Amino acid sequence: MITDFDPNRHNDAEVAPELAPLDLAPKPDGPAAAAMIASGLGVFTLGLLTTLAVINGSVKSFLEWFQFDQGVGALAGKSTVAVIAFFVAWLVLYLIWREKDVVLKKAFYISLGLGILGVIGTFPPFFEWFE
Amino acid sequence: MEFSSRETWTVIHGLVLGTLFLLAFAGGLAGLWSLRPGLMTTEGIKERMGRLYVGAWVMAAAAWAAVITGTWIVYPWYRIKLAPVGENAYAGCADAILPNASCSPRDFLKSNVSGDTEMWHIFGMEWKEHVSWAAPILATAAAFLIAYYGPRLIARPWLRAAVIVMFVAAFAAALVGGAFGAFLNKIAPIV
Repeated sequence: MITDFDPNRHNDAEVAPELAPLDLAPKPDGPAAAAMIASGLGVFTLGLLTTLAVINGSVKSFLEWFQFDQGVGALAGKSTVAVIAFFVAWLVLYLIWREKDVVLKKAFYISLGLGILGVIGTFPPFFEWFE
Repeated sequence: MEFSSRETWTVIHGLVLGTLFLLAFAGGLAGLWSLRPGLMTTEGIKERMGRLYVGAWVMAAAAWAAVITGTWIVYPWYRIKLAPVGENAYAGCADAILPNASCSPRDFLKSNVSGDTEMWHIFGMEWKEHVSWAAPILATAAAFLIAYYGPRLIARPWLRAAVIVMFVAAFAAALVGGAFGAFLNKIAPIV
């Protein structure tokens, strides 16, 4: 899935000759894969925390700590931790893969799977099932 | 007619930022859809990409602004417990026709004092408040992919389709938030 960056991997100007005059430099796919997977992980974290807050009172209390007396409740922690997970995962994967080629189809399907699970986790009929 | 501070923030959160998000999404989707080989000249690509970059990043910024204002400014007004009496959490809502100074929108909906309204909170608000946060995450990742690859997306149809899926998924998450927000503000407005 992960290989060293090959500048000749894509020949975009051959597929779309109108790109040739733009003289576009080759780019590794690693940073794009990092963004894809990180976004899926962020949405997954959101859904996981939404469901865990229903299952476990300690998790809910921890998530409520993030509201800083603003009256937001556990949503403060769910959203803050999910956003942190998204940006931290993106940064870490970017640093690891910035000079690598990653199979984007795999990265996308991993992201899609995580995203679907995350949305299920935020769906009230699902998380209320654990109440 | 005068807007209160709360009504003004509700308008900024839903109407202003929501409209901006919608406009940027529509423009961005049209731009992404037309990134196909043979459809544009080199000059046309340069012109089109500039607008697409702006649209994608504006959509992401509008999504962040909408969820942050919604969660940290508007939502506390929606969920505050105003006048519980003993074990009756909804005592302040007795005989209420709409939320008021002693009955928050959430308590109003959960109390069922004006018809069968509890489901609007249990399903509508609970889903909206959570899934809406997927919109800025997905929109930011999609904007990055558009900016990173730029015109190269023309030559890579599969990648372009993947970006469109993320772009539309961001919109779908915002749509759940926006649609339920509009309905909830009709049934139990924040006053």
